[in-house]
Amino acid sequence: MTNKTVLHAKHLASGAKMVDFHGWEMPINYGSQIEEHNAVRQNAGMFDVSHMTIVDVQGVDAKAFLRRLVINDVAKLAVAGKALYTGMLNHEGGVIDDLIIYFFSENNYRLVVNSATREKDLAWMAKQSEDFDITIIERPEFGMLAVQGPEAKTKVANLLTPEQITAVEGMKPFYGVQVGDLFIATTGYTGEEGYEIIVPDSVAEDFWQKLLDTGVVPCGLGARDTLRLEAGMNLYGLDMDETVSPLAANMAWTISWEPEDRNFIGREVLTAQKAAGDQPKLVGLVMEAKGVLRSHQKVVTEFGDGEITSGTFSPTLGHSVALARVPRSVKVGDTVEVEMRKKLVKVQVSKPSFVRNGKKVF
Amino acid sequence: MSNIPSELKYATSHEWVRNEGDGTVTIGITEHAQDLLGDMVFVELPDVGDEVSTGDDVAVAESVKAASDIYAPVSGEVIEVNEELEDSPELVNSDAFGDGWLFKIKLDDACELDDLLDAEGYANSIDED
Repeated sequence: MTNKTVLHAKHLASGAKMVDFHGWEMPINYGSQIEEHNAVRQNAGMFDVSHMTIVDVQGVDAKAFLRRLVINDVAKLAVAGKALYTGMLNHEGGVIDDLIIYFFSENNYRLVVNSATREKDLAWMAKQSEDFDITIIERPEFGMLAVQGPEAKTKVANLLTPEQITAVEGMKPFYGVQVGDLFIATTGYTGEEGYEIIVPDSVAEDFWQKLLDTGVVPCGLGARDTLRLEAGMNLYGLDMDETVSPLAANMAWTISWEPEDRNFIGREVLTAQKAAGDQPKLVGLVMEAKGVLRSHQKVVTEFGDGEITSGTFSPTLGHSVALARVPRSVKVGDTVEVEMRKKLVKVQVSKPSFVRNGKKVF
Repeated sequence: MSNIPSELKYATSHEWVRNEGDGTVTIGITEHAQDLLGDMVFVELPDVGDEVSTGDDVAVAESVKAASDIYAPVSGEVIEVNEELEDSPELVNSDAFGDGWLFKIKLDDACELDDLLDAEGYANSIDED
């Protein structure tokens, strides 16, 4: 059984090539993935992300539950609408999923989790919630669009009511606000400015069409992947999974160690890993020679072998970049080797971030 | 169904072969193949003067999605490669049967062309994919 998003017919109308993505029939591109990528870096593009799972956590224990559930601390969220990125771990310290949490009040939070992990996420949350007075409500009645690029906000403004424009004016990154029909958030997965917008299914097609009419380019999962990889953002299932510690996935920044008495799931394991200092780490790799780095290629370093977790051709830079998990002693600036098509090729180690706001950042 | 010109010959591995009538052939990959691969980012071509045999992997088409070997559909000597692809690999996407050609071979044995598929045979072969 293949799921279709509320925008399925719109994709076909725009000539999308559809593929199966973890049980969802989604657009991979509408002709050229590279042109779509460039539209987001230079102008404005939009993605149907309605397959992602929206979950509201409500109730008197909502805050306490989330402080237990995820590695970042929702107690840091004090302003309504503020969001944070974090991970949800199993008892072994592996990443069950990465997610964004929006704060509305201490009794009301919205989580956006991955679609491929929906069932296990919901099952895990239900199990962990047993001792808490909360309700977990999935919200399948919404579609979700990401509109991204230097012109994205200007173009979206053409579609908003005066009230909505006022509400989002000057909104800093990682905030979300519900105004009228729309939940508008300054989040994204591309390294560009823009919004992620949650819309009721009943108006989703109309909203998509209006964005098309105002010149926003429809972009598929192909461009979404090259954009997020250039931005150095993890993809669940490739860059981390249940067997990988957040310390080995460039997610240490999403862990709140203070206060020390917050007993989040996985804390003991992470504390021991941190003390031992033996976890590998996620770095960037840059290859300016011809060829494309790919997932699962072996990385050979003087400290031992590693593996590319995600690799691609970077349309913005004109050469290949990758994320790779390597021994912790490997340093930014080192030269390491990647086994590609039976040959060892030299590549540079960089920070795991390559492009932000259209510009090279390493 | 993608475009499959009837004047060309085909290999099941998605190369097309155009008989130039002077003992040489021009070779590329089909519209269907470029569509499967997606946006091309590098094309690695053989060297002029290389002697190749049918079935040898002689070139690589690397797209955003995957690297794919290209096989010699006939035996002979490589006499020319499409240098435009160095700077414009996207020609393989935009004009697979024309400006996106890959290389030319001087045939060892013109009879080898008879072993290749015609347009209908190729169309059937990709239906089975």
